[in-house]
Amino acid sequence: MNRSEFKQGVKGGLIIALSSAPFAVLFGAVASDNGLSVMEAGLMSATVYAGASQLVGIELFGHHVAPWLIVLSVFAVNFRHILYSAALTRYITHFTPVQKLLTFFVLTDPQFAEAVKRGESGQGVSFRWYIGFGAAIYFPWLFFSVIGAFFGRMMGDPRSLAIDVLLPVYFLGLVIGFRSKPGFYPVVVASALGSVLGYHFVGSPWHVSIGAAVGVVVAAFLPLSTDSVPANAAAEMES
Amino acid sequence: MTDLISADMALLILAAAVATYLTRIGGYVLITRMKTIPPRMEQALNAVPAAVLTTLVAPAFFNGGWDVKIAMLAALVVGIRYPGLLLLGAGWAAAMICRHLLGF
Repeated sequence: MNRSEFKQGVKGGLIIALSSAPFAVLFGAVASDNGLSVMEAGLMSATVYAGASQLVGIELFGHHVAPWLIVLSVFAVNFRHILYSAALTRYITHFTPVQKLLTFFVLTDPQFAEAVKRGESGQGVSFRWYIGFGAAIYFPWLFFSVIGAFFGRMMGDPRSLAIDVLLPVYFLGLVIGFRSKPGFYPVVVASALGSVLGYHFVGSPWHVSIGAAVGVVVAAFLPLSTDSVPANAAAEMES
Repeated sequence: MTDLISADMALLILAAAVATYLTRIGGYVLITRMKTIPPRMEQALNAVPAAVLTTLVAPAFFNGGWDVKIAMLAALVVGIRYPGLLLLGAGWAAAMICRHLLGF
């Protein structure tokens, strides 16, 4: 346990916070456009804390869709987190139960990607690092959502500022980061096909879960790679 | 403005929050109930990050206009050699050039 772990986490998280700030502002702006008050937008960012699903939820609020369907759509967009928490578990076995509850509350895409990267590198995932990283994303996310809700109608066209391309480009960067893993190319091709076909034939937001499922099934049937790390090796590396 | 927060909206938001939290802790609950992880399942779990993130990328690329496609290709070329923020900058710059100079 040392302070530098926490600082390192905060530093890494602030980079994510910076690149997700435009989306938080966008969320706030769209939320107020769809009739949410500033406090309601803030409440959603504070409790749901999952960008893409918040935008999907807001979009459906505006269309007067049945409440249960909105909750189901949010669930569908976020379904990938089940896979995240399953994959993250091996690296956080040394956390206390309360730490685990908090850990899963802030489990976002970048949080997962960075934690797994750290776990795989053998550095180990400490709670101090993890929560520093999470807090450095959570509070700016909340702050910029509220800012966006306040100034929603004053913001210029997000398209002419090219804000809309930041999200897919950012996710692309995360995908590229995994390219040295065994089975990377077949998995990415399968997920890409699954999600694109899912998008056309089933529709958003189901393409996320469909594409991910196709990629994961393909990975399960690939020849077993010899250099895969045993399930508890990472945990044993922890001091 | 109008009312600060409506009860209906608060309930809906909290229901969405609970649904989200269930997805975030669900995988942990599932995996800890199994005594050992079979190797194939482990290989599948290892593929999860790339698989899920790809589903956020591929449709955006194929459904996007030429501006988005060029931005993502530029980011890909830069991202293979340089770290994250440069890739973000390359994608953003390419999109700005497409939209404001080339008129896509």
